[in-house]
Amino acid sequence: MRIDNRRVRAIFGKDVREFRRNRSLTVGMAIIPIVFSVQPLIAVFTLNTSASNTLQHEHVLLYMLGIPALVPSLVAAYSVVGERQQGTLEPLLTTPIRREELLLGKALATFAPSIAVAYLVYGLFLGTVELFAQPGVASALIRLPDLLAQLVFTPLLAGWSIWIAIVISTRANDVRVAQQLATLASLPSVAVTTLIALNVITASWPTAFVAAAILLLLNGIGWRIASAVFDRERLIIGIR
Amino acid sequence: MEHNSQRPPDGGTRRDHPSSLAHGSAPAALSVDRLSKRFADRVAFDDVSFEVGQGEVFGFLGPNGAGKTTTVRTLSTLIAPTSGSATVAGLRLTPENGVEIRSRISVMPESPGLYLRLSVLENLQCFADLYDVPKPADRIDRALRAVNLADRARDACGTLSKGLRQRVALARALLNDPQLLFLDEPTSGLDPVASREVHELIDELRRQGVTIFLTTHRLEEAERLCDRVAILNTTLRTIGRPDELRDQLFAKTLTVKTVTPLSEPGDVFDGLPAVEDWHHDGQTTYTLAVSDLALATPAVARALVAAGADVMAISESQHSLEDVYLKLVDEDQAVQSK
Repeated sequence: MRIDNRRVRAIFGKDVREFRRNRSLTVGMAIIPIVFSVQPLIAVFTLNTSASNTLQHEHVLLYMLGIPALVPSLVAAYSVVGERQQGTLEPLLTTPIRREELLLGKALATFAPSIAVAYLVYGLFLGTVELFAQPGVASALIRLPDLLAQLVFTPLLAGWSIWIAIVISTRANDVRVAQQLATLASLPSVAVTTLIALNVITASWPTAFVAAAILLLLNGIGWRIASAVFDRERLIIGIR
Repeated sequence: MEHNSQRPPDGGTRRDHPSSLAHGSAPAALSVDRLSKRFADRVAFDDVSFEVGQGEVFGFLGPNGAGKTTTVRTLSTLIAPTSGSATVAGLRLTPENGVEIRSRISVMPESPGLYLRLSVLENLQCFADLYDVPKPADRIDRALRAVNLADRARDACGTLSKGLRQRVALARALLNDPQLLFLDEPTSGLDPVASREVHELIDELRRQGVTIFLTTHRLEEAERLCDRVAILNTTLRTIGRPDELRDQLFAKTLTVKTVTPLSEPGDVFDGLPAVEDWHHDGQTTYTLAVSDLALATPAVARALVAAGADVMAISESQHSLEDVYLKLVDEDQAVQSK
């Protein structure tokens, strides 16, 4: 299968412009990071230096991996069913674009802003903690393994959420339903990262490697599944 | 996409209408052979065969639900036919040829399908890239000038009127210099002024030699724009030039109007050369079925003068494409109701 980069770029550029000008999507992308960062910030600021011993054995910041798990699902869930609802899917599918190119362009258009938002919010969170939290609390929270985990798992979780949401989007008939289902489908990822953050699941290097490998595999499978369920005829005729 | 083993319900006999090219022996831009599409138990269109010549404007008419749009979607590789075969822009209609066929054709669907948050230029840039158009800026500029929208290029499509959106959709369809352009109800929902503008654009494309497959249920549009028309009502009912269809389906008629009723019209009209039948059509109007207008008209005039009639008019009755269409559709309905 040959992928035409120009076509992928065309979909990427078009979708990014569309998302940027779609108020409901931009608001959605802003609300989730706020929800995920305000509560932890308040919690951190109420801690005093004596809590740093306990914090050193926890991975509280991994809680923020919920952002790359949830933010892209909202946007990716819109990607196909949104085109159907606004009547733009048919003209798009009458061009020479292959479904793999279309889906890759759409996935990248969701991936790039989601990753940017997740890293930006994480960076702002760390900066705020470093500047305003008790010195002992800041040094106990900000540790290299957790930073690495955030760096590696953010794109992997985002990718997985995007493919699940695109699969849902190709099958759904309504944008809101697709977004609700995609959010629900992302919750297991959020649950796992939260359980690790709360030390219910013990984080370790082997666990991290296995989880990363599984997510990488799931991302590859996700693209294939999304391509397989993307049925031009069903999408155009509207039969389920 | 070929499933020739499946026979149509009528036994698969070829239709007796002229489905071949109107333009001599030039290779067909589109050739369709016994194409059918079914969705479970519902037949969208069945056993459809025709050819469209290079540079021809071909009208595809039919009532709502006749299968026109499904035919276009099938020929543009969006959906697979259930049986039959076709050659589109020189390529067999198969899944393997889908990408290549779509790069040689353009489709303007009934709904313009523009990205309303993007500008006209952004919409066209995206599609120029999807068609892998070389020198996209030049091509976009040419397409915009062709539809007289160069000055609205920076406007968001959401701010344009319906007619202007239709023009943007037409510009989009011209980006790849298609060998075959499918226009699906291009004037649907447009006011008369916007419709006229679209008609003028289609006329201009015809002058440039673009092959156009036009689906419509606006018969005056088809009569004005199309070299040949086909009438589809799930099956192909007829195909030919509009004047051919009128001649096939309706006897030639003369309408005679007099100032006062003729005292003995039978004495006047009976036995005249080429006059086959006549009847009253109001008190002072007579409709004559004739086999040859050139023979019948002067004979009728002479007979009326000889009878001392005060003649107001002798005219050939004109049947429109609408008459043809309604006659065929009415026939279908009569058959279905039996």
